[in-house]
Amino acid sequence: MTMLLNQNQELSLKERFFSLNFIFISLICLLALIGCLTLYSVAGGNIFPWALNQALRFGLGFTIMIVAALIKPEFYYKIATPFYIFTLILLVIVDISGHIGMGAQRWIHLGFFNFQPSELMKIALVLQLAKYFSLVSIESIRSIKGIIVPTILVAVPVAFIMLQPDLGTSLMILFCTIILFYLAGVQWWKFALGFGSIVAAMPVLWHFLHDYQKNRILTFLDPERDPLNTGYHIIQAKIALGSGGMWGKGFLSGTQSHLNFLPEPHTDFIFTTYSEEFGMIGGALVLFLNLILITYGYWFAFRLNNNNYFGKMVILGLNTNYFLYVFINIAMVTGLLPVVGIPLPLISYGGTVILSVMASFGIMLSFDINKDHELKK
Amino acid sequence: MKKSNHKLRILLQRALVIFSFNLFLLFCLIGRLYYLQIYQGEKYALLADSNRTSKRLIVPPRGTINDRNGVELAVNNQNFQAILIPEQCRDTEGLIKRLTPILNLNSHEIELIRKDIKNHRRYVPVKIRDNLSWEEVASLMINSHLYPGLIIDEGLIRFYPYREYTAHPLGYVGSVSEADLQKSDAPLLQVPGFKIGKSGFEKTYDESLRGIEGTLTYEVNAYGRIMREIEKQEGTKGKDLNLTIDIRLQQAAYNAFGKESGAAVVLDVNSGEILAFVSVPSFDPNLFVDGISLKNWNELLQNEKHPMTDKAISGQYSPGSTFKIVVALAALEAGTINSKSTSFCSGKMKLGKHLFHCWRHSGHGRLNVVQAIKNSCDIFFYETALKVGIEKIAAMSHKLGLGEIYDLGLENQKAGVIPNKKWKQEKLKQPWQKGETVIAGIGQGYVLVTPIQLVTMLARVVNGGYAITPRFIKDDNAPLPQKINIKPENLAIVKQGMFEVVNGIGGTAARAKLKIKGVQMGGKTGTTQVRRITLKERAKGIKRDEDLPWKYRNHAWFMAYAPHDNPKYAVAVIAEHGSSGSGVAAPIASKILEEAIRLNIR
Repeated sequence: MTMLLNQNQELSLKERFFSLNFIFISLICLLALIGCLTLYSVAGGNIFPWALNQALRFGLGFTIMIVAALIKPEFYYKIATPFYIFTLILLVIVDISGHIGMGAQRWIHLGFFNFQPSELMKIALVLQLAKYFSLVSIESIRSIKGIIVPTILVAVPVAFIMLQPDLGTSLMILFCTIILFYLAGVQWWKFALGFGSIVAAMPVLWHFLHDYQKNRILTFLDPERDPLNTGYHIIQAKIALGSGGMWGKGFLSGTQSHLNFLPEPHTDFIFTTYSEEFGMIGGALVLFLNLILITYGYWFAFRLNNNNYFGKMVILGLNTNYFLYVFINIAMVTGLLPVVGIPLPLISYGGTVILSVMASFGIMLSFDINKDHELKK
Repeated sequence: MKKSNHKLRILLQRALVIFSFNLFLLFCLIGRLYYLQIYQGEKYALLADSNRTSKRLIVPPRGTINDRNGVELAVNNQNFQAILIPEQCRDTEGLIKRLTPILNLNSHEIELIRKDIKNHRRYVPVKIRDNLSWEEVASLMINSHLYPGLIIDEGLIRFYPYREYTAHPLGYVGSVSEADLQKSDAPLLQVPGFKIGKSGFEKTYDESLRGIEGTLTYEVNAYGRIMREIEKQEGTKGKDLNLTIDIRLQQAAYNAFGKESGAAVVLDVNSGEILAFVSVPSFDPNLFVDGISLKNWNELLQNEKHPMTDKAISGQYSPGSTFKIVVALAALEAGTINSKSTSFCSGKMKLGKHLFHCWRHSGHGRLNVVQAIKNSCDIFFYETALKVGIEKIAAMSHKLGLGEIYDLGLENQKAGVIPNKKWKQEKLKQPWQKGETVIAGIGQGYVLVTPIQLVTMLARVVNGGYAITPRFIKDDNAPLPQKINIKPENLAIVKQGMFEVVNGIGGTAARAKLKIKGVQMGGKTGTTQVRRITLKERAKGIKRDEDLPWKYRNHAWFMAYAPHDNPKYAVAVIAEHGSSGSGVAAPIASKILEEAIRLNIR
């Protein structure tokens, strides 16, 4: 018990700062640097219009991460529910009066950048689900009744995001929560049942999809179907990537992106731009850095005080969220998944994603700093 | 506590499962990268390259066509074009307004330019006008700030500096037609604005004149805009064509006709090289290069002197009295006559029911072959033809090159007609009549020759009996001509006859003597009837050919060679509807020969 008492001794701000995992932070900075360099190249060797802006946003994100890391973990436990409700309200606001952009209503204007509440919801939902699962017993989780509440917690925001409509984010949140449900102990057969009913409902769901969403799925199934329209993007992306070869065409020398063959070479398809110039070696490097980053995430979860179930759940949830970003984006641009509009965090140009991902890292670090402490509820 | 441990254990166990699954998926992605970038890398590299590059052909300069002294007869002139790139100009309408007075654009041209701008993407260059003069180029360049987006592009355009002098036989180039594209799949033909040989040597030697195309590889973006030049591979200029023609003689020959219509061909009798080759009147081939206007085209078609027809090779005329040389040689070679045998000309000859007249109704009296040629006595040749027969005359004609088509590299060459019994049976399904042999004896009836054939015949007679063939292309390795199987003394006899025609007292072309001291020429006149003067016309007082409307008058021939002692030049002149061989054709021929001798062509 004395051990536990010692462990519960609070760390000072300075101590907490020096307990930050600097290798983890370096990996993040390295990936962000790669992102800025690629944006510099996409702009034809110019820091405008993206690279500088991205660096500034990363700076802001970095600050948010450090601040989030220095905040005590108890804070996240306390705000989980209010934060979830607040984000849900934001989503409703966006749906009702949101700005129309890209044929979808996803944004809230916040001065120098537009903010997507759905990004915030990814964090809010992880916190809220982790709180819920930490409070209920394993028996409850394994009962039918026990998963009704978390299912509602997920279904409401996902429904709003679907309405925006943002298929990619909704699916990502769904995947993330499925994994959280699984981690919490929900039985295999329930997933099978759920999956089965979704497949059964497919024809009905198909009916509700927008034309562009139907097109994307059809195009994914057969990219050559319509080479100059929807499938054109993925074909050009594969050409960009494939033509990079082992060593790439060299920094600033990618032809596919510089000659406008690539769609959105600075956002969702930035990995193809990067891989065209740096080849398989470069691509594997980014994947490897992310792999280490994700492994760190798991390690954080494992080495956290075993009594901090909430913390472990949050770390695993946020880490899974990050993993899904990376995996879906790269699988998408390499033609393994349909084009659903998921950016590559830290590398793609875009404000909300970098801020939400950096905040997630901050929260993960906050738990890791206080890894020996029990959560005071 | 125990329960929460169970919950924790499940969490950690399942976290490990998810972690391994994550690792597995990330390695799958690396595998995917390997598949796309290494395994299929080459395929995609190729696709990326064909994505980004585009090729354009560079039209090589066309080979020039030169005369025997290297004077250029067909050249490539600089062609300055004004081209507008609409996207570089904010106010294209204003620009067009400013350009209109400088370039003299008419409303039709302006309409075309507007349409071009509207129908293409803004970066596609639009042609404003070509063939800019130096003054126009200069005024555009000096005030270039007034014309944003305007480019002066320099191209090449075919030009024929000697215009109508060389239209036959050079021909001209013109735009590629649908038919040309079907005949050839040469990529150059697809280049917009490319010109292809349409007639004459330009057509015959088109492929060698054309050259080998170069390629310009450039980088384009996804919208097809040219970003930069990657590689330029210059083409090879087309092969020059060196002709045997001497442009000075060509011009003299053309000018010698004055207002007459006809054709003249000058040969080097020893080599067969064509030194001059004119068909008069001619046309300006430059009109065709950029597409001839309907008005000009109709004028050319409606001209009764047929400027588009190359009369030197496709004009078929009765040889008239010039054919007497062939008849004489046929008879001499057959032994039917010799230099001493004579005939008596009373002015007419009766054959069956038909009466044949000599052109001199009072008759020539008794004369031998040389005198018969000198006086162009018809009766002598009626009798001689009858004696030797049409078959031997036809054989001699072919020996001397009549009725043959030569390898000149020109289209529309006509073979003429050298009739014999078999020919008539096949063509007209009728037996040969003796009277037909009689009139063939003076080159009338079925016999038809072209000027190039007639001059070839003359050259073979006066060069000592060598079977030269006329040719246009300079070739130092041309094979030596074969000796024709004709006795030299017989050749000398007819040559003497032709000498007398010009130099003998009372010769039919005595007026045509060369005005150069010490150089004598020989020749033979010929007149071929186009239409008989009808009884009605006689009643109206039209007795002489000259009184008829131009197109019904007789054709006039004169063939001549010089110098007589050692012949070098032979010329055949046809003056269409020229009435009289000695009066119209002979002076033209002597002017040409005088010029040839003065030039001393080597």
